[in-house]
Amino acid sequence: MVMKVHGSVLSTAAMRVLIALNEKGLEFEFVPVDMRAGEHKKEHFLALNPFGQVPAFEDGDLKLFESRAITQYIAHVYEDKGTPLVCEGKPMATVVVWMEVEAHQFDPVGSKLQWELLLKPMFGMATDAAVVEENEAKLAKVLDIYEARLSQSKYLGCDCFTLADLHHLPILTNLMGTHVKKLFDARPKVSAWVADIMARPALAKVLAMRNQQ
Amino acid sequence: MAAPVKVYGPTLSTAVSRVLACLLEKDVEFQLVPVNMATGEHKKPEYLKIQPFGQVPAFQDESIAIFESRAICRYICEKHADKGNKNLYSTNPLVKASIEQWLEAEGQTYNPPSSALVFQLAFAPRMNIKQDEESIKLNDQKLSKVLDIYDQRLESSRFLAGDEFTLADLSHLPNTHYLVTVGNRGEAFSSRKNVDRWWNEISSRDSWKKVVEMQKSK
Repeated sequence: MVMKVHGSVLSTAAMRVLIALNEKGLEFEFVPVDMRAGEHKKEHFLALNPFGQVPAFEDGDLKLFESRAITQYIAHVYEDKGTPLVCEGKPMATVVVWMEVEAHQFDPVGSKLQWELLLKPMFGMATDAAVVEENEAKLAKVLDIYEARLSQSKYLGCDCFTLADLHHLPILTNLMGTHVKKLFDARPKVSAWVADIMARPALAKVLAMRNQQ
Repeated sequence: MAAPVKVYGPTLSTAVSRVLACLLEKDVEFQLVPVNMATGEHKKPEYLKIQPFGQVPAFQDESIAIFESRAICRYICEKHADKGNKNLYSTNPLVKASIEQWLEAEGQTYNPPSSALVFQLAFAPRMNIKQDEESIKLNDQKLSKVLDIYDQRLESSRFLAGDEFTLADLSHLPNTHYLVTVGNRGEAFSSRKNVDRWWNEISSRDSWKKVVEMQKSK
């Protein structure tokens, strides 16, 4: 039975999982969830994710939610397929550190910026300039730390591309289409890292999927 | 025998106490290294070398220096898989997937409203910062919704990830402890039958009782 991803191509969390599956060259079925119609709050979806959020994931009898738990599952269980998204031995501990950094330092700020700059306009709501300014300042501080880190390490977690980098891709893709791009461009190591990870074929495949829907 | 591992930060910090609870569950000897946050020690160059975001905790053992409490906990569990509580972070991939799912739920969904409330209710008054009533109201509502879902989950499962106490449950201890004591939010937990059962069980563990003692003695 083929793996299933339930979600929306517009969801950054769902994108995280789709990118991981493409990095690994794994076959899966994408099951669209109509969020505008509130499908994610209905019984049948809540059975897959009681928090009523996308994505939800199925691999045989296993059901999972939380994109970062799903990507970790995929990376470990299918470690011999496609891109190794983890490191064996000691460096893995540092990969896990930077996965947590993405989740707790980058994502909250990036999500607020993408909400204000991209999603609110899409829903006909007004961008709050003060919130944008506040979060740009926070993002700048985070990126200063990333700049220092990437001066010591080729990728965030270790010397190869791992989930620590991958998890950034959905929000990065969105932010690089806004004026926030300048914060990344202004920092040479960060800028090079962004260019490198955004050039990966797996991301291109997921974006192509997004454009088709 | 290896030297005790080092944990940097005050026991009163929720993130520090998360790591301490894990070390105690795993029977791993540790040394607590104080960080004087009142004098801004955590923002000074020496400390930023081990935690570039200027937050606590930081962690060192004989082979590595890391930060982020949930990363530290995972590392401790993997490195010392055969010590102490072996079910804390199972090596079985399917069980681990469930633990990761609920650990992520804690980090992404439980932590934001609960830590906002902990700050407003437990720390702001101590720091002479005016409480933000809007934030308290908003986060009480968010927490309530999360606890409804937890109550539903815990109806059919003894602990969050399954039949065993795991890192997923442990991760909830620090914030919840402050909420039900200093934060006066006990009713949110005791009024939900399964959450009440779960909270009583996990907070009675020896490891957590020791951490609370350590917090009191500082």
